[in-house]
Amino acid sequence: MSTFLTGWGCTAPTPARLARPRSVGHLRELVASAPRRGVVARGLGRSYGDAAQNAGGLVVDCTGLDAWTFDEGGGLVTASGGVSLHTLMTALIPRGWFVPVSPGTRHVTVGGAVAADVHGKNHHRDSSFGAHVRSLTLVTAGGEVLTLRPGHPLFSATVGGMGLTGVIAEATFGCVPIETSMMRVDVRRTADLDETMAAMADTDGRHRYTVAWIDLMARGRRMGRGVLTRGDHAAPAEVKEASPFAPGVPARAPAWVPGGLLNGLSLRAFNEVWYRKAPRRRTLTQGIAPFFHPLDGVEGWNRMYGPRGFVQYQFVVPFGAEETLRGIVATLSEHGSPSFLTVLKRFGPGSGGLLSFPMPGWTLALDLPAGGRGLSGLLRGFDRRVAGAGGRVYLAKDARLGAAMMAEMYPELERWRRIRDEADPAGLFRSDLARRLRL
Amino acid sequence: MKNALGGVDSVLLLGGRSEIGLEIVRLLVGLGAGRVVLAVRGGADPPDLGAEVHVVPFDALDVHGHGAVFAKATELVGDLDVVISAFGVLGTQERYDADPAAAAEAVAVNYGAHVSVGLHAARVLREQGHGTLVVLSSVAGARVRKANFVYGSAKAGLDGFAQGLGDALHGSGARVLVVRPGFVIGRMTKGLAPAPMSSTPRQVALATVAALRAGASSVWVPRALGPAFRVLRLLPRPLWRRLPR
Repeated sequence: MSTFLTGWGCTAPTPARLARPRSVGHLRELVASAPRRGVVARGLGRSYGDAAQNAGGLVVDCTGLDAWTFDEGGGLVTASGGVSLHTLMTALIPRGWFVPVSPGTRHVTVGGAVAADVHGKNHHRDSSFGAHVRSLTLVTAGGEVLTLRPGHPLFSATVGGMGLTGVIAEATFGCVPIETSMMRVDVRRTADLDETMAAMADTDGRHRYTVAWIDLMARGRRMGRGVLTRGDHAAPAEVKEASPFAPGVPARAPAWVPGGLLNGLSLRAFNEVWYRKAPRRRTLTQGIAPFFHPLDGVEGWNRMYGPRGFVQYQFVVPFGAEETLRGIVATLSEHGSPSFLTVLKRFGPGSGGLLSFPMPGWTLALDLPAGGRGLSGLLRGFDRRVAGAGGRVYLAKDARLGAAMMAEMYPELERWRRIRDEADPAGLFRSDLARRLRL
Repeated sequence: MKNALGGVDSVLLLGGRSEIGLEIVRLLVGLGAGRVVLAVRGGADPPDLGAEVHVVPFDALDVHGHGAVFAKATELVGDLDVVISAFGVLGTQERYDADPAAAAEAVAVNYGAHVSVGLHAARVLREQGHGTLVVLSSVAGARVRKANFVYGSAKAGLDGFAQGLGDALHGSGARVLVVRPGFVIGRMTKGLAPAPMSSTPRQVALATVAALRAGASSVWVPRALGPAFRVLRLLPRPLWRRLPR
């Protein structure tokens, strides 16, 4: 019985046999019995593209591997690959601890966080998830269960390796002590892209978490205007009314949405309102969930794009290539690309993962309805500009890059391939993404 | 793999000299396809298409050799994202009237060989769990006319086969796209006067690629032929047989 799977963007579904192991032993059996089309692990399906699909093959749903322990003395979590960051936050925050890195949704698994080497609003200070991992347990193509530590070549190939070196059965990583469950947040509206970028460059060092939302629909003088949000875990004295971390039941997007609901017009209005509702400048305290994961408040928000789905385009260009970033923002603004949430962020040093996305520089993420006219050509033009500037696009978000561009953007690809080929000579671990990018 | 925006990477064209087929390949390469296999009668030098091009010898009538063509193609480029079944012969009704053996042979190419190719393609695409088989049918098969009933009957058979195959593959991830052009002004129809609603190979290719990207199961070229034939199918035979061509 095969099941059609897609990523979070709801594009390009393919069928695969889906299995859900409850133990590492069962997982090893599944890997050993993988069909000719190979096997890939899947967590909560938050990769936007085809990273956790395997047409005609086997997909291992790891969410049944859900055991974890916490060593409070060392601040270390040891979690099975299928444990979600949501589960960890719910348990750890009341004990005064927080995960080292949280992406824009907490509904990702530990295995997925390592495989995509996810980043968050603290990347400029704390790097990506992989930088906090002390050890990994990997189920390999040969059926071995290997424990890997930083410095091991297979560790560097697995962090950011999109699940193609094996199945991440377990990871041990450091957590961050916090004093309250609240965030002290500084919100500031910016008039244009230059102001947004200058404000980020000037004050990033003073805050643990920073991000800017950009109104891509604004043109002319207001191009690149945005709302800059900077936050830190609040100290007890700063919190008047502490509320526990208890995200409510999220609102639910309707099960079926007609295509084109999120179009140029509705998104222009949304962007305008989003910009105007932000204060010119204000400091406030906010809970962890609304600060880190505003979109988790609407379950199934990805379906709002209708049956054709949407694509995320996230790229990074190194510092010094600001002109490339400005040029792309200008093109998007002229093109009137209806992006719902466009986010700008400064990255710090990478984690050392050979296929990891982050590098020191500027990253911009936007999502676009997949049915948009001329979208394919527009994004291929951006690929060339990004690659030309020494940048790259994020594989966990990607659903449309080609193999040639992939090789240009990821200079460590050949080294990664050699390590992967040694660990998996027959190419047992495969995904639609791996086929599309000829990894 | 077909990507989120409908782009593909690898293409196998059976009938590697087909004008329509090559035009489709060129468009797909322009949209990002990087690897092409041309299955050509007698083989040939790989043409410059702006991508990695391989040529594999292919004889439509050697149905026992079709399996090897698919094996070679997948060995060369891995998964086949698009398979285009574009070979065929036209021939005139007068010639077929005079030479029934030639008629039977033309039907073997235009129908029988496509059945073999289609079933091989289906096996490969089903196992892959993705990919589209593009079958070049024709309005000639939508309702067979006395002016070219040998050719038309083969296309009618092919069209029915392709639709059935598409239904059989439903739920496997693999798909069939049936392309039904009207009169196509090109090498194959050189010397014939164009019929109403004719098109060029490029127009057929553009419509085919748009249908591929949209995931459609059939496309008429031009589009207006669809509704036109829904009416023409209902025309009483005494009227139908009086049509000049």
